[in-house]
This record gives sequence, C-alpha cells and structure tokens, in this order.
Amino acid sequence: MTADLEVLEVAKHYGTHRAVDALSFEVARGSFFSILGPSGCGKTTLLRMIAGFIAPDSGEIRIGGTAMTGVPPNRRPVNMVFQHLALFPMMSVGENVGYGLARRGVAKDRIAKRVGEMLERVGLPGSQTKRVDQLSGGQKQRVAIARSLVLEPTLLLLDEPLGALDLKLREHMKIELKQLQAAFGTTFVYITHDQSEALVLSDRVAVMNHGVFEQVDTPQALYYAPQTPFVAGFVGANNRFAGIASAVQGEQVTVTTQQGLVIPARRTGKVVAGDRVDAFVRPEVASLMRDDSELPASHPRYRGEVRSLLFDGANSSVLLQESQSRAELQIALPQTGRFADLRVGETVSFGFDPQRAVCFATARRDGE
Amino acid sequence: MANRTPPVAGVPAPALQAALAGDSFGRQTRHARLLLLLLLAPALLWLVGLIVLPHLELAVLSLRARVAPRVYELSAKQYLTFVNEPLYWRTFVRTALMSIVATACTLLLAFPIAWTIAKIARGRSRSLLFVLCLIPFWVSETVRTLGWMILLRESGVLPALLVHLGLAGTPPEMLYHDATILVGLVYTSMLFMVVPLIGALDTLDDSLIEAAYDLGGNGLDILRLIVIPHAAPGIVAGCIVVFMLTLGNYLTPTLLGGKNSLWFTEQIYTQFITRFNWEQGAAFGFLLLGLSTLIVWAGLKLSGQKFGEVMARS
Repeated sequence: MTADLEVLEVAKHYGTHRAVDALSFEVARGSFFSILGPSGCGKTTLLRMIAGFIAPDSGEIRIGGTAMTGVPPNRRPVNMVFQHLALFPMMSVGENVGYGLARRGVAKDRIAKRVGEMLERVGLPGSQTKRVDQLSGGQKQRVAIARSLVLEPTLLLLDEPLGALDLKLREHMKIELKQLQAAFGTTFVYITHDQSEALVLSDRVAVMNHGVFEQVDTPQALYYAPQTPFVAGFVGANNRFAGIASAVQGEQVTVTTQQGLVIPARRTGKVVAGDRVDAFVRPEVASLMRDDSELPASHPRYRGEVRSLLFDGANSSVLLQESQSRAELQIALPQTGRFADLRVGETVSFGFDPQRAVCFATARRDGE
Repeated sequence: MANRTPPVAGVPAPALQAALAGDSFGRQTRHARLLLLLLLAPALLWLVGLIVLPHLELAVLSLRARVAPRVYELSAKQYLTFVNEPLYWRTFVRTALMSIVATACTLLLAFPIAWTIAKIARGRSRSLLFVLCLIPFWVSETVRTLGWMILLRESGVLPALLVHLGLAGTPPEMLYHDATILVGLVYTSMLFMVVPLIGALDTLDDSLIEAAYDLGGNGLDILRLIVIPHAAPGIVAGCIVVFMLTLGNYLTPTLLGGKNSLWFTEQIYTQFITRFNWEQGAAFGFLLLGLSTLIVWAGLKLSGQKFGEVMARS
C-alpha cells in the first residue's frame, strides 16, 4: 500500500515545551486517519505543520512521496477544513467552491461546470447562488468539504470541524462525513479530542499525548487491546485501579489495590510480581447480578452497594461501592431492562471476565 | 340587593378595569417618550440651533442681491459669479481633486498601520502602537501645523539637513507647494482613517485568511477577494470622514500652502471676513456642501456600500 502522507522524525518546540516530539508515521492512500488527543497534546501543531502554516524544527513531511520542506500552504497538494469551516461570507456558495480553481487560472466555464458537479456530489445541487448565511450547519460543512475536494488534493486535513455543532447535528454529520470520504476516496487526516468521532469515522486512529503517539491502531484494537495506560484511560470509559502486582502467572496478573481490592487482569507489556501497576476494567465488561450464583465460575465475584444511578438511555450505568475495600467503580446496566427497578442503597453482586481486564506497569510519566 | 361591586354609570366592571389598565399603560409610554425627548434634547438643540437655522439663513442670504443700500431682491447672481469667474470654479475643482488625492494617500498609508495594529501586534505593543497614532492629536492642529513649518521652511530643519548632506547647494523652500499641503492634510487625517480600519480588520477572522491561502490564493488575491470586501464598510467610513475633514479644512492649506494654496474654504473666508460679502460667501458655502454630498454619494455608489451600514461601522 502506498502512503499519501509520511511524517519522518518531525519535531516542533516552543521554548522548552515539546509540542511535537520526533514523531514518525504514515497514512495509507484512501484511508481515514484520525489523531485523537486531549487539548494541548500537540495535534493542532502537527496538523498545521502538515498544512504548511508552521515549519517543523526538524524532520521531514512527505505528501504523495514529495518532500514538503519549504513549500508554502498555497503550493501544497493539501487542503484543510477549518474548525469553524471559514467559508468566505463575502462570496456565494458557488464562488466559495470555485475559489481554488479560479486561483489556478482555470477557465470560467470549466469552473462553473466543475463547481456544479461538485455541489451535486455533496448533495447540494443548484445552490451556487445561495449566500453562505442561508445554509444550515450541515450544508456549510458540505460546502467546506466541496471547496477543498474540488481541487482534488492528495490529502484533506480536518481540524475538529464538528466541534462547534450541537450534539444531534454532530451525530448526523459524523455519518455524513464517513460517507463522503468513502464516496470520494480521498485520504482524510482528521484531528479531534472526541473519541467517539475518532472511533466511528476512522480506519486508523493515533492516540496522541504530550507530543508523541501512544498507540496507532484500528479503533477496535485501541478499544480492546490498549497498549498504554493513557490509551486505556482515554479511549472509552474505564475504571482505573492503582495497585501492586501481588502475583504474576504467565499473562495473568493479580492486582491488589491499596484499599485491598483484588483484581485479576491480563498484562500488557512487562509486569513482574511486586511492580506498581494500573488495572483497568471497562464498565461494559463487568456484569451485574442480583444473585452471585448467576456469574460464571471463572469470574471473580464481588458485592457492592449502589451509590448512584446514572441513567442515560442506552449508556446507563450504576456507581457501586465495593463492600470490603470501599473502592468505587462504574458498571454499565444491561439493555434488557432487568435492573430498571434498581435503587440506591441496594446491594448487588458483580464480576467480570479476567481476560478482558487489562493492567500495565505504572508509567513513569504519570508521576502519581 | 347584595351586589358588592355596582357598575359605574352603566359600564360593566371588566370593561372598566381594562380601560383603567390601558390608561396606566398609556401613562407609562408617555413617560418613556418624554424621557427619550429629554435625552435627545441636547442633540436636537445642537442640530436645529447650530446647523439647520444658520443654513436656512445662509440659503436666504445666498439667493439675494443688493440693488441699493438696504434693498435686496431675489437673484441667482452669487451663483452666476461663481460660474463666470474662472478663479472660483477652478479653486473649487482643485480643492475637490486635492481632497480626493489626500484621502487616497491617507488610505494607502493608514491601511498597513491598521493591519499591523489589528492583526499582527498583540497585547502591550498593540496598545502602544495605537497610542502612538493618538499622541499627535493631544497637540492642537495649529501647533502641529506650525511644527511642519519649522521643519520645512527655507531656514528650517529639513532644508538645512539637505544642504549639510550635500544634496542641495542652497536651502530649498519646501513650504508652499501642493505636495506640502498634501503631507499636512494626510498627517492631520491619519487617525480618522486608522480607527475605522482597525475596527473593520479586527472582525476579520484569521482562519478566513488562512483558508484563502490554503486553497491556493496569494497575498494579492487574499487582499482583493477577502480582506478588502470584508473591510469595505470601514474603508468607506474612513474615506468619508477624511474627505469631509480635508475638503472643509482651512488651517492646514493656508499655513502650509500660503498664498498659492487656493483652497475653497479660503474663498469663503475671504468673502465673509475680508470682502464682507456675506451673500457671495453663503453661496460658496452651499456649493461646497453640494460638492461634498455629491462626491460622497458617488463614492458610495462606486463602492456599492450603503450609507447607514457604513456609518454604523465608523
């Protein structure tokens, strides 16, 4: 597979702050690649270096196999969809889409034809003469993408374009964005701090933290097999327990927390008995029972008191306090409705598959 | 009969209540209207007393001619004098053209300054730059103009420097040229152009410029297609203010241009003060008012801007 974007040892420092720290990665042609990270992790700096607005301190960026060092943004085969879309309010929709073609000196009738085709492909046929402020949020996004894709860039960069939208529209635009990418086949590089956007949209996701990639993988792998504690904590919801590896048997580690909670978990990376470790149990991995005889024999069993009910439709969960260690954890409610009558103060049983709980030797960087 | 609320003079109780409520509401709005009138009173007094009334008087003056001592008749004589005397209408056209040139020069100089303040400078340096533009205005216009005279007159600083550097044999007279007048006018008008421009450029989203650049535009394209259309109301507002100030300026052309300045306001001054010909002076005043209105109107038409929108921006 050929790579449309190659980033080689790229670094950018601001004073002593390493915004992007000797980063290397590749993005395959036609794929949807997301960079997911909390604000301040350096993802915007990275994107702006790819677009050409910032020059890297060291390293090289290649787009479509050509080195981009010293090439200004207006000469790169890359276009960007901005956070607030940055449609030109002084121009009509047609002029917005035709702007880039006109800059390349394409003849007027050719521009009109291509703008028409492009607007048809994004589902806005005949809206050339509309003003930008007459469009809905979703239509604006489609115009912003059309304006970039009409130039047939090697790479389309998207800087959290859904960030400013309300929740309902954001869910809708997520699906629309994925369909647009599939229809055009252009390589998309998308940055976001919203893990749901990254997981739903991407072929591959890079989880970024402190200027480096923690893990670059498929959304499934990030979710089921996180390689670092940061990824385990950042992607999806997770219950985190800091403790000591009291016993290690092959892949299986027994973690004992300071409060005395004993958790069996599968190790990722090297863990030896006596190490300080972080164990993670996802809310949806644990199962809740009124009677602990219903739990499979291989699962550890705990009892806990319901502290609060977090009802959120399909994402409902319950906050429990484990009876012996007083440790708190969140457990997802099953969709069957059999816990619809659960009350605060009730004591229930819970357990989980030890294969689906993960633990890591505590990272030095966490400094806890 | 145990009717506790008897109808008053045959009016049913609910209707009476409604009428009472309506009355109190009416009183409130009348109150608000009075308050608004009081607030507007100084502006209205100023407008009527100092603008409308004198202009009505001037209009009457400009349209009469003296036929005998204390005897006047309605006549277009003053306006005919203007048409028939080349000095007057040439001065008139010259003033208009010079004012347009001065406005254009001010715009060209003020734009980079406003751009720097609005888009490049941040925090302290931003306020500092703005104060630097403002400081000359703490000094009266007369003193500022005299400052230019000290710099530019034959025995002044700049000619002496040119001689010292060997660029001129004898100190050149740098006052009393058209260029000198322009320099003075541009200098005086700068702030009135910079302020509306900063306002207009401040509201331009940086990501629009980046997007325009990203999509293949170069600096000139972006200026022409993004920056100027966005800043147009501010540009037009600044131009109107500067043009009117320049056209009506008396001090700067007189001091820096001397006898050769031939500024139309000087003709008005001469008629009123030296010649004591108020009729002629009033006619000239109206001609100048008509001229500035016409040019501003033409400017708005050419730039496709609306007067209300432009004034809201300035």
